Amino acid sequence: MDEILDGLTQIDCDILVIGGGTAGPMAALKAKKKNPQANVVLLDKANVKRSGAISMGMDGLNNSVIPGYATPEQYTKEITIANDGIVDQAAVYRYAQECYGIIRELDGFGIRFQKDQNGEYDVKKVHHIGTYVLPMPNGDTVKKALYRQLRKSRINVVNRYMATRLLTGEGRIAGAICVNTRTAEFLVIRAKAVIMGLGAAGRLGLPTSGYLFGTYENPSNSGEGYSMAYHAGAGLANLECYQINPLIKDYNGPACAYVAGPMGGYTSNAQGERFIECDYWSGQMMQEFYDELQSGKGPVFLKLNHLAEETVSEIERVLHIVERPTRGHFHAGRGTDYRRQMIEMHISEIGFCSGHSASGVFVDDHARTTIPGLYAAGDMANVPHNYMLGAFTHGAFAGEDAADFMGEVDFAEFDLADVEAERARVLAPTKRDDGIPPNQIEYKTRRLVNDYLQPPKVTAKMELAQKRFAEVREDMEQGMVARDAHELMRALEAASILDCADMAASASLYRTESRWGLYHNRVEYARDDENWFCHTLLTKGADGLPAHEKRAVEPYVVDIAEDEKDAYYKQRVDASVAAE
Amino acid sequence: MPLVQTATSVPVTIDDAKCIADKGCTVCVDVCPLDVLRIKELADGTKTAYMKYDECWYCMPCEADCPTGAVTVTIPYLLK
Repeated sequence: MDEILDGLTQIDCDILVIGGGTAGPMAALKAKKKNPQANVVLLDKANVKRSGAISMGMDGLNNSVIPGYATPEQYTKEITIANDGIVDQAAVYRYAQECYGIIRELDGFGIRFQKDQNGEYDVKKVHHIGTYVLPMPNGDTVKKALYRQLRKSRINVVNRYMATRLLTGEGRIAGAICVNTRTAEFLVIRAKAVIMGLGAAGRLGLPTSGYLFGTYENPSNSGEGYSMAYHAGAGLANLECYQINPLIKDYNGPACAYVAGPMGGYTSNAQGERFIECDYWSGQMMQEFYDELQSGKGPVFLKLNHLAEETVSEIERVLHIVERPTRGHFHAGRGTDYRRQMIEMHISEIGFCSGHSASGVFVDDHARTTIPGLYAAGDMANVPHNYMLGAFTHGAFAGEDAADFMGEVDFAEFDLADVEAERARVLAPTKRDDGIPPNQIEYKTRRLVNDYLQPPKVTAKMELAQKRFAEVREDMEQGMVARDAHELMRALEAASILDCADMAASASLYRTESRWGLYHNRVEYARDDENWFCHTLLTKGADGLPAHEKRAVEPYVVDIAEDEKDAYYKQRVDASVAAE
Repeated sequence: MPLVQTATSVPVTIDDAKCIADKGCTVCVDVCPLDVLRIKELADGTKTAYMKYDECWYCMPCEADCPTGAVTVTIPYLLK
């Protein structure tokens, strides 16, 4: 294993789904259900059994719209306000209408959600305005349940192949070029439709620990989706709206205030005081978090030590089994116990992720990108605050639409020279005897991301970042060396990470205002609705560098009253309440 | 520009006595999202899994899915 072999195979399928985490499996299942004759291939860089953000499970649905608790109109309004109005509501509204059906389907797969004594879903309030959080105390079963469905539906699963570039021709999608992560053999897949579900760009910033893989996101989500969409010519929206999340310091996993909040836990400062009214993540909430970290009242903590033993035990049981189960090991190693002390929190490194913010490949309410036949869903598609249920639901939209699209077209012709050029690019690091290993290229890129791109954003620093990234790119293209197939995978990831770093800098410089709280806090500019109440769309320009344009926000489906617009800016607990 | 080997402690350890790689088991290698585990031959000719690349998300499928409880995931030293 890992020895570099020479080989190239070509296969055909009707629908290629890239990424077997959350959105991908649902897209594949829905496509196959709609067209049982379709040949659907589900490709993953890792193994579909345990790939993606929910590798070990998920502790709850953060944004469920369940009849009796919330309406699609309420949810659409809340997400619009949380995103400072920059939302095409159609995709959010359709999600809000259809996600309940997806919950019922997941329930039917054997995935368990919390129910009350009457057998009704037991939904909790965490958001600023509405009630949308459905706990999954047994959420460790998600991937296994999905995998059973994939086998039952006879989806063709291809593991350990990494897609590196999309193929296009005749003005639409034609397929993808893939490399085996253990042999470096090439696989060219021709497809009538391609659905991308490659997750966040989670290896963009460097965690404070300095450990390359100690990221908030699953580090296998290294931004290939963003990079491939860019090189194929698709539009990417609002990349300057970074993902920054609250987390357990050093462990770098979620603090899970959504789990602890409804049970009485909260985020506090060093004095044990609440400082934010609501633990639901938004740019405005992160700005308050950041301000508290920087203030004399910092750092910030997760406070559970005022709760009853039974409550703490239940929180512990959920947090230490589901989603990031090594959290128990971490606390044991530190000697920290929720019962005895508050747990130190911090903010994550930056990334792109629509699952938590709004930075993603531009899609409409059918998960269609700007390239015909190419779809995106989940963390990498720009529907804001998507979380796991959004990935499933938009994955379903993509699968269903792709099943129709493939019936109308034949394979698009592509230029064989594109395949040859990609082989040369991919294999270049294997042709050198020595040079710079991928981990050093990656470390330097990500360290520069921290130095120059982390908010608060400063123009001169971001311009310096661009210069330094160009130097690293030169080093990467001329001198990166990969000694085996595994290192070659890391080399390709380093290239995606550098592409994302370039896009992050360029998109942030383009929007000359501040918006979304900390996510795009440009200290030299205030919010400017007159000029910047719009999406920004980034594409690959004719010169090979990012090009930008403004794109109007579609007329709202659900109106927002003038006095509701700034609800998310009223996050800070005022002094009299904090003292109680 | 010659390369050097730098020592690093690894977060995933395998109990060779419990590991059944010799019987053809590759579960931990198969499920790792970062693909950092491999099988090697020991001095006595038997096989065992081991961590080949220090690129760990301490996520735990290797430990959770191991049929014999041979795998232990600890927090990488830099984070611990």
